[in-house]
Amino acid sequence: MPLLSLKDVRIGFGSGPGRHEVLRDIHLEIQEGEFVAIVGYSGSGKSTLLNLLAGLLQPDAGSLQLRGLPAPGPGPDRGVVFQNYSLLPWLTVTENIALAVDQVFPEWQPGQRAAHVRRYIEMVRLTPAAQKRPSELSGGMRQRVSLARALACEPAILLMDEPFGALDALTRANLQDEVVRIWLENRRTALLITNDVDEALLMADRILPLSAGPGATLGPSVSVPLSRPRDRRSLHHEASYKHARRTVLDYLLGPGSHAKLAVSRKLVLPDLLPEDLDGPRPSLFAPPKRRAHSATETVELH
Amino acid sequence: MKPLQRLQRFFLESLFLPAVGLLLCLLLWQVLSGKTVKTTVRDDFGDLVTVTKRVGLSKDLPSPAETWAASKTYVLQPWAKRGELDQGILAFTWLSLKLVAQGYAIALILGTPIGFCLGLSKSFAKTFDPIIQILRPVSPLAWLPLGMVLFLSVKIHVPGAGAPYTASELAAIFTIAVCSMWPTVLNTAVGVRAIPQDYLNVAKVLKLSRTKTLLKVLVPATLPYMFTGFRLSLGIAWLVIVAAEMLTGRPGVGGFLWQQYNALNYAHIILCILTIGFVGYALDRLMSLVESRFKSV
Ligand SMILES: Nc1ncnc2c1ncn2[C@@H]1O[C@H](COP(=O)(O)OP(=O)(O)OP(=O)(O)O)[C@@H](O)[C@H]1O
Ligand SMILES: [Mg+2]
Repeated sequence: MPLLSLKDVRIGFGSGPGRHEVLRDIHLEIQEGEFVAIVGYSGSGKSTLLNLLAGLLQPDAGSLQLRGLPAPGPGPDRGVVFQNYSLLPWLTVTENIALAVDQVFPEWQPGQRAAHVRRYIEMVRLTPAAQKRPSELSGGMRQRVSLARALACEPAILLMDEPFGALDALTRANLQDEVVRIWLENRRTALLITNDVDEALLMADRILPLSAGPGATLGPSVSVPLSRPRDRRSLHHEASYKHARRTVLDYLLGPGSHAKLAVSRKLVLPDLLPEDLDGPRPSLFAPPKRRAHSATETVELH
Repeated sequence: MKPLQRLQRFFLESLFLPAVGLLLCLLLWQVLSGKTVKTTVRDDFGDLVTVTKRVGLSKDLPSPAETWAASKTYVLQPWAKRGELDQGILAFTWLSLKLVAQGYAIALILGTPIGFCLGLSKSFAKTFDPIIQILRPVSPLAWLPLGMVLFLSVKIHVPGAGAPYTASELAAIFTIAVCSMWPTVLNTAVGVRAIPQDYLNVAKVLKLSRTKTLLKVLVPATLPYMFTGFRLSLGIAWLVIVAAEMLTGRPGVGGFLWQQYNALNYAHIILCILTIGFVGYALDRLMSLVESRFKSV
């Protein structure tokens, strides 16, 4: 039984002619202990998908299941590393993490909780900044705090939304290794959302490409049969790496991804009537004649 | 910038220019004000009499020097109490501030939760928004009589606080509270609505309870807006106290002003205006200090 699954999910924003269809026909199964990566274009709906999995958004159709049962609302069993860190700016690094830890492990002794918080701050190498507020940290440091907060809750599944997006290449490499190491240590389930195919290949067991929106959908799953620990220097030469990479890119760049690309936009005609020169002149103070007129045009892109 | 240049700039911008402004105002005041002239004339009976007359653009307006001469005792003995309506200027200010503090406290205690409800609940906002929009622009001068009627037969005796509250005192507090509440209400509501979805998502993912979400996320996230509201409310409370004291004749800066107007002591009116201005300015500075502390977080 999969740990987390989405069945036939569709979601969009707005209603009527302004409706924006973001995801459709989403089937997704994440097994216990797996490391899955979702790779897709910017704006295709990756964060929307993650919010669905976390329970922060409700699908318009289809269902979300946790261990085969309809998933309850959001909770700390599904830890989230948000794309924009989502740290509370009035709390220090320690306090941000402690807020989560105190909430998830209320039965522990205060000392035990504090030690737990310190351990995770140590893990992301932020001990010197433990008493700083998020505004005093760099983007990468904030991302690490966000990661530590999610990990400290010891969730059944860790959902990460482009967690290395704001990092320089060196820190990114470090932190990628760190996340994989933590994942290997306790074999929790992890889902990584990224726009970097190489990052996905380095970290994940399985890659799911997400086509470009609107109406994005997941492509066929591509497994990454590479042994761990993976060494990013020698990885590029392995045949299975090249094969997996080509499969993902072919899907993302190929016609399958763009076939349904269409934009619909609302056309609003100018709010004027042509002046009628023959008729009697309208009073200066009469309200202007209005013509509510709009049309929707759908443009298919090829 | 060189230290010398900085010093020069400080003198220019913080001392010299404000001094010029002050002087210009004093000059204008001097020009407008009248002065007393004594002339000796021979009257109809042939006697020499001295006639005192005021001349000038606004002949009853006392000049700066006359104002100072008439106000000296009030300023130099600021805590003196010669009678109920004849006290030093700080003693009056203190009386006014005490009343303002009570009305303002009520405004904050009521206004903040109302603001939270408005910001959190759409149906609450839809229900009460029209009423708030109608009550908000009502002048303190209109609220005060209603307050008098409301508290006419109410006696509130706070143990240990001396004399029981009189109707006029309660009416003044009521008016201050009602008038100064709105900036707090509206700013809090705006602040609650402006809380980024991210923070609420954090609360949801951590499954914080309702009280914990309120105390750990909603209140801290709204605090900067709340303090802006608090500052504006304090400004209004201080505006209202003068009107309330004038109407009720209570001792205080406003009451003193009105009494002196009736006693034709025009110099003291100016003294009161300046006092009201300085105190209002000081209160505003104080609040924006507090506000900026919370904004910086
Ligand atoms: N709350 C919302 N209301 C309306 N439209 C939304 C909302 N959230 C997302 N969208 C739309 O859904 C689409 C997908 O957004 P999403 O944030 O999921 O993209 P993404 O793949 O995470 O992009 P990025 O890689 O830049 O983070 C976008 O076109 C966006 O405009
Ligand atoms: Mg995103």
